Amino acid sequence: MELTRPYVAAFSARFLLMLQYRAAAFAGFLTQCWWGAIKIMVYAAFYRTSHASTHPAITLAQVATYTWLNQGLLALMPWGCDPEVALAVRTGAVSHDRLRPVDTYAFWYARAAAYMTSRATPRALLMVFLAGIAMPLIGFHELSWAPPPSVAQAALFGLSLVLMVCLSSAFMMLLNVAVVVTLNDRWVSQSLNPLLVVLSGSLVPLALYPQWAQRALFFQPFAGIVDIPFRIYSGNLAGTPAYEGLALQMLWIVVLVWLGRAWMARVMRRLDVQGG
Amino acid sequence: MPQIVVECLTKSYFVAERAPGLIGAVRGLVRRRRRRIEALTDVSFSLAHGELLGFIGPNGAGKSTTIKILSGILRPDTGRVEVDGLVPYEDRIRHVAHIGVVFGQRTQLWWDLPVIDGFDLLRDIYRVDRAAYIQTRDELVAMLRLERLLDQPVRQLSLGQRMRAEIAAALLHAPSILFLDEPTIGLDAPSKLAVRGFVKRLNRERGVTVLLTTHDMHDIDALAERVIVIGHGRVLADGTFDSLRDQIVAENPEEGDDTASLAIEEVIARFYHLHGASEV
Repeated sequence: MELTRPYVAAFSARFLLMLQYRAAAFAGFLTQCWWGAIKIMVYAAFYRTSHASTHPAITLAQVATYTWLNQGLLALMPWGCDPEVALAVRTGAVSHDRLRPVDTYAFWYARAAAYMTSRATPRALLMVFLAGIAMPLIGFHELSWAPPPSVAQAALFGLSLVLMVCLSSAFMMLLNVAVVVTLNDRWVSQSLNPLLVVLSGSLVPLALYPQWAQRALFFQPFAGIVDIPFRIYSGNLAGTPAYEGLALQMLWIVVLVWLGRAWMARVMRRLDVQGG
Repeated sequence: MPQIVVECLTKSYFVAERAPGLIGAVRGLVRRRRRRIEALTDVSFSLAHGELLGFIGPNGAGKSTTIKILSGILRPDTGRVEVDGLVPYEDRIRHVAHIGVVFGQRTQLWWDLPVIDGFDLLRDIYRVDRAAYIQTRDELVAMLRLERLLDQPVRQLSLGQRMRAEIAAALLHAPSILFLDEPTIGLDAPSKLAVRGFVKRLNRERGVTVLLTTHDMHDIDALAERVIVIGHGRVLADGTFDSLRDQIVAENPEEGDDTASLAIEEVIARFYHLHGASEV
C-alpha cells in the first residue's frame, strides 16, 4: 500500500480533475458518433456487395460492434504525448517531478493512464447509451453495439481492456521521453499516429486484411491496442487465439516498459534545465 | 560534521547557435554549431546543520545550477556533493524525501487544483503519515496565514499568496533542509516581510538548514549570517556581509567614510565590479 500510494494518488487526482471537462467530452462524443456512423455504412455496403462474404473472417455485426467500441474508447489510444508532460518540458517544471521521492517513470505512467481513462469514460458511457441501447430500440440491431456473446468472453475482454490501457500508457511514455529529448511536443509526439491508425486496426479491423499478412499483423505491438481486445469482446477471438492475444499484449507491455525505462534513465542522466 | 559538503563542482552545458536569418537557418540544416557554456568552474563550500546561508551573485553566475545539483535534478561534470551522507544525483529518491525546494519563478502546486487538494496530493507523494501531516499542515497554515486561500485554485492566487502556499507545500514532509531559489522575486513589501519572517522562524525554532539565493539585498540583510558570493561559476567570497563591506573599504581607501556608509546594494555592485563578475 505504502509503496504504491504516490502513484495511486497521482492517478486519482488526474482522473477526477479531467472528468470535469464536460464540454470536451460531449464534443468528442458527437464527432465519434459521426465517424462511427459513416464507417458502419461503408462496411454495410462492402459486406452487401462482397463475394467472399459467405464465411467472412469477421461478420458485419462483429465489425459494427468493433467500430462502436473503437469510437467510444478512442481516447484510450496513445495519440500523442501527455499534454501535462509537454507543458512541464516547455516550462521547466520537469524539475519538480524530479524533486519528488518517486520513480519518475511510474509517476508519469500513472498520470498517462489516468489521462486516457478519464477522457474515455464519459465518452464510452454516452456511446453505450446511443449505440448499445438506443439503436437496437429503434430497430438497428445488426449495426448496433452488441453485448459480448458470453460471460466468459466478457471477462476475457475486461482483462484485455486493462492490458490495452497499460499498453497504450507504455506507448505514451515513449512519446513523453521523446518530447523530453527534443523539446518538441507537436510533430514528435504525433509521429506514431500513422502507424497507430493502420496497425492497431482502428482504420480497418486487422481481420479484413489479406490472409498472408495475418500472422505478422497479429504479432506486432499495435494490435494489442484495438484489434485484440475488441475482437475478444465480440467473440471473434475466442479460445486459444484469445489467450494468445492476451499473452501478446502482456509481452509487448513488458518490452515497451523496459524500453521506456531504459531510455528515460539515459535521458534523465544528461537532463539540462536551463534558465531561472 | 557538516550537513552539506560541496567540493570542486564543475558543470558545463551546450547551447545551439545559429546565424540569424534565412541563410543561417539553411546552414543550420546541414551543420549544427554548439557552444560550450561553463556554468560552474569551481564551487566548494560546506554547510553545518541549522545554518542559514545566503547565496548571491549576478544573473547567470551559477546559483540556480548549484541548487539544482544539490537537490538532485542535475548531475555535475566533476566534483563531489554530499548531503546528509547521500550523493543527491546518485541516490535521488532517498535524498529528495528529506529536502524541500522552492523555485520562486516556477510553481510546484497544481494550477487547476485548490491549494488544499495540492497539499493532500503532496502528502501521498511523500508518503507522510496522516496524523503528522495534519499537524504540520495546520501549523504551516497558521504561520503563513493561508486559512482563506485553502479552497481557491492556485491559478487564482496573487503572487504573494502563491509564494506563501509554495513555501508551505515545500515543508509538508518536514524536511531538514530547505532550498529557496529567489523566494521573494516579484513580491510586494508585506509579502517579502512575511516570507523573511517565516524563514527566520523556521531556521531559529525548527533548526531547519536554509540555503537561499536572492537578488534582494534586504533578504540577505534580514536573514543570513553567512553569505557566499558566486560569479563566473566560482566562489568569490564566503563570510559575513560585513567582511564583504570591509573588503570594499580596503580596495577604496581614499573614499574613507563614504564607503562605510554605502547602501548594501552599492556594496554588492562594487563587489561584482571588483571581481569582474557582472553578466556579459
